Amino acid sequence: MNLPNVAPNWPAAIALLVLSLQFPAAHAGKTLDQIRQRGQLVCGVSTGVIGFSAADSQGRWNGLDVDVCRAIAAAVLNDANKVKYVPLNAQQRFTALQSGEVDLLSRNTTWTLTRDASLGLHFTAVTYYDGQGFLVPKKLKLGSARQLKNAEICVQSGTTTEKNLSDYFKAQGIKIKPVVFEKFEASIKAFFSGRCQAYTTDASALAFIRSKEAPKPDDYVVLPELISKEPLGPVVRRGDDEWFAIVKWVIFALIEAEEYGVTQANLEQMKAGSDPAIQRLLGSAEDSGKLLGLEREWAARAVKAVGNYGELFQRNVGSASPLKLPRGLNALWNKGGLMYAPPIR
Amino acid sequence: MSRIAASRDWLRRNLFSDVFSGLTSLVLVAGALYWLPGVIEWMLLQAVFAADASACQAVNHGGACWGVVAEKYRFILFGRYPHAEQWRPLLATGILLLTIVASGLRLLGRGGLLVAWTLALPLCFILMRGGCCGLSPVASDQWGGLPLTLLLATMGMLLAFPLALLVALGRLSDLPLLRGLCVLYVELVRGVPLISVLFLASFLFPIILPQGFSIDVLLRVQAGIVLFAAAYLSETIRGGLQAVPRGQHDAAAALGLGRWQSLRWIILPQALRAVIPSIMNSAVSVFKDTSLVTVVSLFDLTGALSLALAGDAEWRPYYLEGYLFIGLIYWIGCYAMSRFSQSLERGTGLGQPSA
Amino acid sequence: MQGRRRRELGIQALLAAALLAALWWLLDVTAGNMAERGIRSGFDFLRDPAGFAIGESLLPFDSADSTWWALAAGLANTLRVALPAILASTLLGTLIGLGRLSPNLLLRGLCAGYVETLRNIPLLLQLLAWYFVVTDLLPPASAALQLGPHVFLSKSGLALPWPGGDGGLLDLPLRGEFGIVGGAALTPEFLALLLGLSLYTAAYVAETVRGGIQSVPRGQSDAALALGMTRLQMFRLVLLPQALRSIIPPLTNQHLSLTKNASLAVAIGYPDLVSVANTTLNQTGRAAECIALIMAVYLMLSLLTAWLSAWLERRTGRWVERS
Repeated sequence: MNLPNVAPNWPAAIALLVLSLQFPAAHAGKTLDQIRQRGQLVCGVSTGVIGFSAADSQGRWNGLDVDVCRAIAAAVLNDANKVKYVPLNAQQRFTALQSGEVDLLSRNTTWTLTRDASLGLHFTAVTYYDGQGFLVPKKLKLGSARQLKNAEICVQSGTTTEKNLSDYFKAQGIKIKPVVFEKFEASIKAFFSGRCQAYTTDASALAFIRSKEAPKPDDYVVLPELISKEPLGPVVRRGDDEWFAIVKWVIFALIEAEEYGVTQANLEQMKAGSDPAIQRLLGSAEDSGKLLGLEREWAARAVKAVGNYGELFQRNVGSASPLKLPRGLNALWNKGGLMYAPPIR
Repeated sequence: MSRIAASRDWLRRNLFSDVFSGLTSLVLVAGALYWLPGVIEWMLLQAVFAADASACQAVNHGGACWGVVAEKYRFILFGRYPHAEQWRPLLATGILLLTIVASGLRLLGRGGLLVAWTLALPLCFILMRGGCCGLSPVASDQWGGLPLTLLLATMGMLLAFPLALLVALGRLSDLPLLRGLCVLYVELVRGVPLISVLFLASFLFPIILPQGFSIDVLLRVQAGIVLFAAAYLSETIRGGLQAVPRGQHDAAAALGLGRWQSLRWIILPQALRAVIPSIMNSAVSVFKDTSLVTVVSLFDLTGALSLALAGDAEWRPYYLEGYLFIGLIYWIGCYAMSRFSQSLERGTGLGQPSA
Repeated sequence: MQGRRRRELGIQALLAAALLAALWWLLDVTAGNMAERGIRSGFDFLRDPAGFAIGESLLPFDSADSTWWALAAGLANTLRVALPAILASTLLGTLIGLGRLSPNLLLRGLCAGYVETLRNIPLLLQLLAWYFVVTDLLPPASAALQLGPHVFLSKSGLALPWPGGDGGLLDLPLRGEFGIVGGAALTPEFLALLLGLSLYTAAYVAETVRGGIQSVPRGQSDAALALGMTRLQMFRLVLLPQALRSIIPPLTNQHLSLTKNASLAVAIGYPDLVSVANTTLNQTGRAAECIALIMAVYLMLSLLTAWLSAWLERRTGRWVERS
């Protein structure tokens, strides 16, 4: 038997295969050039955390993390709407950033040593200081997390939360039983059906869960303890220092704008003002953009698009939002909080 | 024989053929009388059909709250697809279902089938994706619900088939290396759970790919489903190939047909004909397996349901009704496919090696 | 003939070359990607403390224990649910399969209805529904149903007396501050998974059993009855041995897929192997390593099952010959 008519195609097919394998890996240029070239910033966000990043029924994204993306798009592309949002779950987020699927991960992600040092990432700056707390039904009459002995606690996997939970109760010498769920929806459902005596996650999310997800918000209370530090902020890939600097400084510019009282509304007046620090920030005196590889008005554009940090906070999670979170640690440094931007000069 | 006698005879044969059978009948009838009224009460009599949350609260699970379906059906069926554009996934679903049913009932000839599929699939993608023909673009992360389930299952089967065929032929090849590779692939995939393949597709593919080269997560998951389904399908096809009597090969060779010619015209038609019912079973499995993509955050029918209900405290207590609703959708699909395969087996002598 | 041999060798050499090139390229790209982005790799994290707690575990586990021990606890949990489910589904499935062959129309219909319903709805959906039923319809732990002395059923699961414990012979569950304390607790996640897996797989087992029995030619049972055997004798001595031969291979396949399906535990919060590996993946960021571990363990389980099944086939083969 022989191999008629098909046999001669074998070597050709294999040659083709080998050729296609040697196709040069489309090598990443600098992130900034890529973004300019495609005219779009690709931003990794959560699959839905109200106040931080959530899509409405029309598919429009909003929230604090989303506004950070918009501010960066405004600074880089002069258009806050040129952003593509890629919703990522907790497991996908780091690989998506590592692989270059997204330029920036702005997805309430906690800054930790392991993540900063071993995942090939850089945390840029903190956009929200959070801490982990507990939500419990009022009828259990609990005043402190230390009373949760032998309690079952619902928690979503894929977060720093699980580790904090175990650390905290270990330090207290208290035994608890975590019930770990893969998905946020499932964990919420289980807690409100009474499967667990407590629910734990970042305090900002607890406020939202209590007000929006609870059948009757008044039946639930948030316990006073915060058991961890959760500094949340955008993350970039390693290996592109220029892009790292841009993301960092756009966030600092938003904070600095609040400090100097520059708002979305008074921006144009402020540009014409006489304060040299504001002049520098808004690009009317010297060109700070040049140093970052951006245009002169980069910071002004960012503020114009989303407002200063204070406005952004109030609109998404603060008093003007359904979450009504207090500024707390997220107030400016000179108002008792931790928000402090290095000087733009 | 009178009708009474005939029916008594029927009863005796079917319900009271011996003491054990008689007792079983009595127990089952008693059980039905005990349980059925409650079930009917819950499903129908006490049930709330209007999208009225307070009415549902009032019956307090004493009756089903079908209102949850009335309220959320668009979310459950189409996920996060923009509300105003939902006629597009509806149309796409319709086209896809119509093509599938028409192929099943053999309303089209072989040529018609090819034309229908080559038209239907791109049409569905254009409808879903938009970005041309005056349709606004809708990114794939907003796709969801029934169309996503159907697309994943249909494309999964269609793409897995040629791959499975190649692997099955490879397993029967004379080349030990090729054979070994195919065996390795099949056994590797069949040895691990689908969920790990989906994790691989979702988390790991991006790192394996060259930089600056990214593939949409939907496509990655689709690739995972194809690779998984192909391994099982190839075993089915191999079974068919091996069932073709040796004499057929020899006869084809005697007629002067080459190896590939005999494969194309003699062996494959018989082999595939013999395993059509098993292939249908694989299709049922793939259809059911698509529900797993919700674990990697795609909002197919199962995922869209939890998305629709988890975020709404008012309707969250009525998950069971939601599960029953989408369970019915899955059931109709699977049952139709399995009945179809049974009818093929019985009606046309498929499934038996042809004489 | 010589030419063909040479061509075959050539094709295989090319194939091997292509394969090696592809593998090399893949590894090169991946390693390059990881090096460039400073991503750590390797299995060293297995020796580090896990740092997270596991809700329920057959093996004694504490968050200070190493990660590999956490994964072992996950595997133990997988087996803890898979083995009872295999037993339950085989028993139930056999009964239903026999029921489908019953002369009684009602029983036949009921069993057929069971099979057609359970088989045609995705397992994940069934698990979610069972979990919802268990957690939503049962009373909260503070008002647990008492089913017997020291047996409690609630949203927190089923609590049973269990040997051992701090003091006496039996560790008895008692009402505590938040619910039931002590004894052996079967959590709702475990119960839902056990129930879902058993009922779903039973439908497939039933079909396997029915097919196996129907595969025995009708003449065999007629002949046995004609020889004066009772129906029971006919079944035990003639039908069953022959049917088992065609039942056992697909049955072990069903058991294997049940074990693989146990990985859906991740959706309802039962800490099986996949769930623990998934948590590890999140904590350490070692995606490739964690997924490879899951796959390797399941492959090993598959091989083990295949080996067991072959052994069982030999055993039944001998038993069939003897009877």
